[in-house]
Order: sequence, then structure tokens, then C-alpha cells
Amino acid sequence: MAGLFEEIPGGGVAVALDEVEISILRSLAVQLLELVGPGDQPAAGEDPLAALFAEGPSEAPSDPALARLFPDAYGDPQADSDDAHEREVRANSAEFRRFTENDLRERKRLDALAVVRSLDALATGGEGGAVLKLADDDCKRWLGTLNDLRLTIGTRLEVTDDDDAAGTGDLYRLPDSDPRKPMVMAYLWLGALQESLVETLMP
Amino acid sequence: MGQVSTAPAEIERPESAEETFAVPEPDVPWVTLVHNDPVNLMSYVAYVFQTYFGYSKDKAHKLMLDVHHKGRAVVSSGSREEMERDVQAMHGYGLWATLTQDRG
Repeated sequence: MAGLFEEIPGGGVAVALDEVEISILRSLAVQLLELVGPGDQPAAGEDPLAALFAEGPSEAPSDPALARLFPDAYGDPQADSDDAHEREVRANSAEFRRFTENDLRERKRLDALAVVRSLDALATGGEGGAVLKLADDDCKRWLGTLNDLRLTIGTRLEVTDDDDAAGTGDLYRLPDSDPRKPMVMAYLWLGALQESLVETLMP
Repeated sequence: MGQVSTAPAEIERPESAEETFAVPEPDVPWVTLVHNDPVNLMSYVAYVFQTYFGYSKDKAHKLMLDVHHKGRAVVSSGSREEMERDVQAMHGYGLWATLTQDRG
């Protein structure tokens, strides 16, 4: 699990992945696609224009991971506020969500799809691994999906501020028998992958 | 000439309409807040501030530390429409952001 993103001279980035890593990444990206949902693609026979102008939801998703991926846009959680102001904030968030959430879902879906496609395009060699090379556009999509995956898994694992890189939280001291252990390992690995990708992209 | 005498009434009408539909504190600016969360990488948050807002490495780093240590930071200010655009972009990057009217 030592493969990290590195810059390629002349543009783009590369990372060496073994078969297990490729399969884990693909499986997680597909799960993210399922979580984010099929969106509002027009069904066969439906007017694509009508779908284009369809409004999105006004309520925040009930699934905590989806709620983290699609948060409310208005308000200041730390500020004192009266009931009337709270109502206004909720109404503004609902309206914002109606006009933006579908687009955001679509973008996240396209990012995850690009990740799946670039993994599927890999020809794994005799050693059982491959070197994934990404051009600039795909780097952004990978960065987005790696972050969405970490947000999703982090929410499921209920990661807290104590679970930092120093590993002071309980989450990083789980016994091997703990059912959360594989997901914690994946979470840490995705973090290292994302960190290395950010480093190559830093202006 | 009868028009002249009716003119004052016409001028008054928009004023009363303005009172009815008064927007509270119209020139109070809006701000985009980015809130701390335990998942986003510190380097990634700084990267987003540099890339999207075009902030210098130092400014982006300082804002990221404010988010991390103070729980949130004001990352931009302007009109409501501009802040909605910034918040939408932050959500696109996966950062937890909100807009609010700067009442402080």
C-alpha cells in the first residue's frame, strides 16, 4: 500500500496501484455512485428539457453522509438566533437546495464515473499491478472523488477531531477483530492518496 | 395643466411602496463561512482557498488554520449572489460552508 501520486515531468500525475488497491478503489467509487444516486436523468420517452428545468429537493438528505456531501447553504451555527431568523435561514437553505443540489449531485457522479473509467482502462501487467496516469482534468475529478469518499467513510465511522494524523483517537487503536477496522484502514489509505495528489496539484 | 397638480401624489406612491417592501439592512454585506470538520485534510482546505479564491499560499494557510483552530473562518464577503456562488463552489469541493449576513 505504498503507492502515492507523483508528478510526471511534462504534466499530469502517476500512481502505482496493485490489483487489490485497484479493486478497492473501484468498489468504493461504485458505492459512492450508488449513494449519490442516479439523479434526474430523463427516463425513456420523457422530455429532456423538462428534466433540465426540474427543481431539486428542498430538504436536506436524511442519510448523514449525504447530508455532509450536500450541506445547508445558509446560516451561522455559532451565532445566537431567534426563531424568526431561524425560519428565514431554513427557507433560504431550502430554496438554494432546490436550485443547486441536482447540479452538485451530477458533478459528483461524473467525477466518480471518471474514476471508475480510468481504473477500468488500466491494463494490469504480469506483476498484478499497473501505473495509473492522469491528465490535469482527471486529477481534479480524482481529487473530488477521493474527498467525497473520505467524507462519506468519515461520517460512517463518526470520525472526530481527536482522530487526527497523530492517531490519538480510539479509532486508530482498534483491535484487528473490530468490524470497523478494514474501513478505518481504507480511510487512512485514501487520506494518504489524497494528500499526495494535493501536493502534486498545489500551485 | 391638470397633470401638474397630480404629480406630488405620484411621487409619494413609490415611497410608501418602498416602506412596505423594505429590505432590512440592504447594504450589510454577506459573508461566506467555512466551518471546521474532522475529515477534510488541512492541505486540501488550503489548496481549495488558493485555487478557487486565488489567495496567496500564506493567506490560504492562515485561513485554513483559523478554520481548524477557531472552528470557522470568513473566507469571502460581498453581495448575496456572490456569496451563494462561493458557497456552491465550496460545497463542490466538499468543504462545509454557509453564507450569512455579516451582522457583527
